[in-house]
Amino acid sequence: MERSRRDILKLFGISALALSTGPVLDAFAAEQAEHGAAAEPYVKMGGKALKAQQWAMVVDTHKFESEEDFTPLIDACHKIHNVPSLPIKRQEIKWIWTAPYHNAFPMSPMKFIDEKLEHTPLLVLCNHCENPPCVRACPTNATFKNPDNGIVMMDFHRCIGCRFCMAACPFGARSFNFRDPRPFINPAELNKQFPTRTKGVVEKCNFCAERLAVGQLPACVEASNGKLVFGDLYDPESKVRELIRTNYTIRRKQALGTEPAVYYIV
Amino acid sequence: MGNKKLVYLGIAIFLVVVTLPFWFNRGKAAPAPELVLTAKAKEAKECVRSKDYMAKDHMRVLDLWRHAVVRNAERIYVNPQGKEYVMSLSNTCLDCHSNKAEFCDRCHNYASVRPYCWDCHIDNPKETK
Repeated sequence: MERSRRDILKLFGISALALSTGPVLDAFAAEQAEHGAAAEPYVKMGGKALKAQQWAMVVDTHKFESEEDFTPLIDACHKIHNVPSLPIKRQEIKWIWTAPYHNAFPMSPMKFIDEKLEHTPLLVLCNHCENPPCVRACPTNATFKNPDNGIVMMDFHRCIGCRFCMAACPFGARSFNFRDPRPFINPAELNKQFPTRTKGVVEKCNFCAERLAVGQLPACVEASNGKLVFGDLYDPESKVRELIRTNYTIRRKQALGTEPAVYYIV
Repeated sequence: MGNKKLVYLGIAIFLVVVTLPFWFNRGKAAPAPELVLTAKAKEAKECVRSKDYMAKDHMRVLDLWRHAVVRNAERIYVNPQGKEYVMSLSNTCLDCHSNKAEFCDRCHNYASVRPYCWDCHIDNPKETK
């Protein structure tokens, strides 16, 4: 059978038309199915969640006298977050701890200051900087600044343990799990509501994001009896702003430009 | 081509050896594991999603959950029926399915998948009180 050029072109034309109508019909069908099917699942924030543009903390150093004032706060945090206590100092994991004044504020060259301030330890933790250098250093976005509340978070699922963030953090706020932390958590004190970490990830304070989500203040703030104050830095009416306005406050290594969100009344 | 016979014999032996595991295990497929539901799970009747969806796609649900909770601070999941759940492996899933060994592990072992969820997430919040 001989086919003319005209016949073949006709065949091509009809085939092209047939192929192009398929997807269009499918799209119509899908749209109709969508209207008929059950609603799509979705996620949302809890109703009781506390909200802020940038969470911040004010530490009133006048209210801390000795080690006994610090331990309940540190214990409260480390207990609910399953922070292990490792015997070897260089493998230590810490979310909140104490440091002497000249270590916490090495760039504030104040001489002849109040002896009490100079010799009482200071409570230090992750500063949840507004311009966090650890976030810029992280190659996997495992650590990130939550744009909704300013908390510098760790996504342990993504952390590859490269420790760039630890090198980048000027406050030493990050700890690396050199070994499996589970055996170093007291089983009697294990908080089963909160995960532990695994070997090879970096961890740090999370400003109790899991407690804020259900309307509770951070554990250390709750345990401090008013020595620590927590609130929104960008709400002019908040307690932290009032304290910053009415007291002389300093921040750690301010000159580095990381804009820490933990303020110290001195 | 004097050794044609030997070549064919060699190929035959090779095929037999390679397919030996299939002959050996013919008709003896391991039965699918039987999952045990706890009393609490039975009582609840319906999981977060339908049973078929959960059996096939629970990993997708968990992946969505961890992303929403950790990265977006959204902790409530609303399922197609409009019911709300706190998105937490340890506190929501394992609250009902508190028998990880008979529920999670059996299937995972059968399918030879080794999820590392439990390296961090505590496997059973109600094991000891």
